[in-house]
Amino acid sequence: MAKPLVLHLLLLLICGSALLSSGSVIHPISDAHRSAATEFFVPAADGSFGSLEETYEALRTFQILGLDRSSAKFEGTCKTVSEKLSSPTTTKDLYHALKITAILGCRTESIEFDGITSRLQTAVKDASSLLELYYSLGGLLTVKEQGKDVILSDADGTFQAIKALSQSDGRWRYDKDSTGSSAFAAGIALEALASVVSLAGSDIDQSKIAVVRKDITKLFDRIKHYDDGTLYFDEKNVDPDQYKGPLATSASITSGVTAFAAVSSEKLNIGGEKILGLAKFFLSIGIPGTAKDFFYQINSLASLENNRISIPLVLSLPATVLSLTAKDQLKVEVTTVFGSHAPSLAVSLLKVLTPDSKEVTSFEKKELEYDPENRIHFLDLSPLKIDVGKYSLIFKVSVNDPEGADLYATGDQIIVTAFLTGFIKVDKAEIAVSDSDAASESVQKLDLSKESLISLSANHLQKLRLSLQLTTPLGHSFKPHQMVVKFRHESKVEHLFVPETSSRQYKLVLNFLGLVEKFYYLSGRYEIELAVGDAVMENSILRSIGSIELDLPEAPEKAAKPPAQPVDPLSRFGPKEEISHIFRAPEKRPPQGLSLGFMGLTILPLLAFLIGLLRIGVNFKGFPTSAAPATFAILFHGGIGAVLLLYVLFWLKLDLFTTLKALGFLGVFLLFVGHRTLSYLASTSAKQKTA
Amino acid sequence: MAKGTNDAKLLIQSLRKAYAATPTSLKIIDLYVVYAVATALIQVAYMAMVGSFPFNSFLSGVLSCVGTAVLAVCLRIQVNKDNKEFKDLPPERAFADFVLCNLVLHLVIMNFLG
Repeated sequence: MAKPLVLHLLLLLICGSALLSSGSVIHPISDAHRSAATEFFVPAADGSFGSLEETYEALRTFQILGLDRSSAKFEGTCKTVSEKLSSPTTTKDLYHALKITAILGCRTESIEFDGITSRLQTAVKDASSLLELYYSLGGLLTVKEQGKDVILSDADGTFQAIKALSQSDGRWRYDKDSTGSSAFAAGIALEALASVVSLAGSDIDQSKIAVVRKDITKLFDRIKHYDDGTLYFDEKNVDPDQYKGPLATSASITSGVTAFAAVSSEKLNIGGEKILGLAKFFLSIGIPGTAKDFFYQINSLASLENNRISIPLVLSLPATVLSLTAKDQLKVEVTTVFGSHAPSLAVSLLKVLTPDSKEVTSFEKKELEYDPENRIHFLDLSPLKIDVGKYSLIFKVSVNDPEGADLYATGDQIIVTAFLTGFIKVDKAEIAVSDSDAASESVQKLDLSKESLISLSANHLQKLRLSLQLTTPLGHSFKPHQMVVKFRHESKVEHLFVPETSSRQYKLVLNFLGLVEKFYYLSGRYEIELAVGDAVMENSILRSIGSIELDLPEAPEKAAKPPAQPVDPLSRFGPKEEISHIFRAPEKRPPQGLSLGFMGLTILPLLAFLIGLLRIGVNFKGFPTSAAPATFAILFHGGIGAVLLLYVLFWLKLDLFTTLKALGFLGVFLLFVGHRTLSYLASTSAKQKTA
Repeated sequence: MAKGTNDAKLLIQSLRKAYAATPTSLKIIDLYVVYAVATALIQVAYMAMVGSFPFNSFLSGVLSCVGTAVLAVCLRIQVNKDNKEFKDLPPERAFADFVLCNLVLHLVIMNFLG
């Protein structure tokens, strides 16, 4: 019964440490992401990752994470892509193909860029939907980035066409005819507008760009937030086919806004905390579950890393469980979302809060020291004299360069949960057995650091007292999450008790007189086990203290029986009891000799009969002498003999059916022969009588 | 007492003389009956000594003796010339009946013997 309890204690410790690494702490993109990416995006034999769009997403992710793109497999991809570019395809495929060519650095000599440019320009002119415009403009921009000369013929008109699809609340429609608007479309539209501005050079009217800036501000009014400062965009799930989800929507808007901010001469009116909130949203996903989500996350973070609005800086703790015994230092890292180096900063620990949100008054605001080699800010904890426990640490990050403060988003107050663990001392541990009148007490000191076991004995009229004190490294009295004393009988019946706390002490008093029924009147040896556990206790105790011989009175008839102990469920597959069969004892047979003797005795009357026959004077005078009757007579006697022989065989080994069959034949034969013989004899004797 | 034994002796002697007058064939049959009954008695004595397991064998054995004795007695009745009732029955016919009945009896006996 206590085994699950013990497991629960251990789980509590594990969960405690697990909770710290997720949830409230955000980590920048690390090598864990890179290895996950190589596992996620596994190219097929020909170097593709599925469709053209998926291939582009995979390669773009590899490019951002800095993973190897020069593998020989991708030679095949280059070839397929260049074929795609030469053949007539959709604008979307052209767009993705051009992007892949740019990422892989494929050889572009064979690609006919003029033809592609003209196709894209026609697409821009004839486009009817937002996506068409987006892909064709994106394609043209990629071609321009390859070094080719691309001029957008009617930049104003295109800008107007895209702007016409916008709504008043900052969202965009997909085309003129659709009624619903979406934030995802807004992101795409902004990116397309940014492409127009880049392709047009300086032809676009600045007032038009100002209008779009206002649209962006309206769009950002729709931003949603979590309590810890994470911000994201989401839409109502009106049409399941069109619904993209918060990640896709936020990713689209992030790409769009950062792209537009790059081409806008004036700064966008978006606060740094909004950018930081979006960055937190993408980072809090951790490692995403699907390839598409991976692309959205990494692509968005890449656009945030170097955006012109403000670059988000993330504070993370490499270790949130700090040991006072090991004199751990509090270490803090401040980096960009991709783990790159931040500018010169000052990190200060403002407050330390206990779990019930009270401030640790002994702590004053401290600035962390900087270690330039490891690029870590650290603080020594021992001089702070903070006791063991779970704390919320409140940090503030400020950029040292006052001009740079505008470029970076650091957030106001950053709250991180940390555990300070330490060695808990056990003092004054005692166990005593006393009589009910508390007259005499036999006290034994428990030394829990040694392996020794105590052994006690008590009867039902006595009391048991177990007491101990727990002290933290700083000398305060410590209250652990769980303290349990377990009594286990030889028959594996267990009882649990929780000691009570008073001022500084933990005390357990067991009055056996009242516990006799609870113990099911089982006398005998009980093992005493003590379990003390807490998340911040480095030396949790789970051990057997010793044993006690309990002498309890006999159970009355109506007493409850101890609960059945669980049987090992696999034991029913083990060998079973051996069954001894009882056979019917064979009848006693008489000794062989006696039986044989009597058999001989039975023959005697026969002999006597034969002798008697001789004495009487039997003769064979009546036996017919002439040939035919003689044969018949012989046959008659032979037949009778045969039947008797058949009977003997029947007794020895034949069955009734065979016997009856044979008897049938013999019987018929015998009847015939016998009739002949006897009628002959009858006629002879009749002749004798008459003669 | 001496008179009693004398009377008994005289009685037995007269019985013997009278018996000597019976025909040989009847004497044979009488001897056969005595033989059968003696065998039966020996079997009963054996059973009394060792117990009746297996009972079917005991019954079979005893009944065969008794049955054949009974059939022999029937034969004697039918063959006896002094018996008016069976005057017209030829003794051969009686003997044939005897043989047949004995064979049937012994078939049953052998089946029951086990």
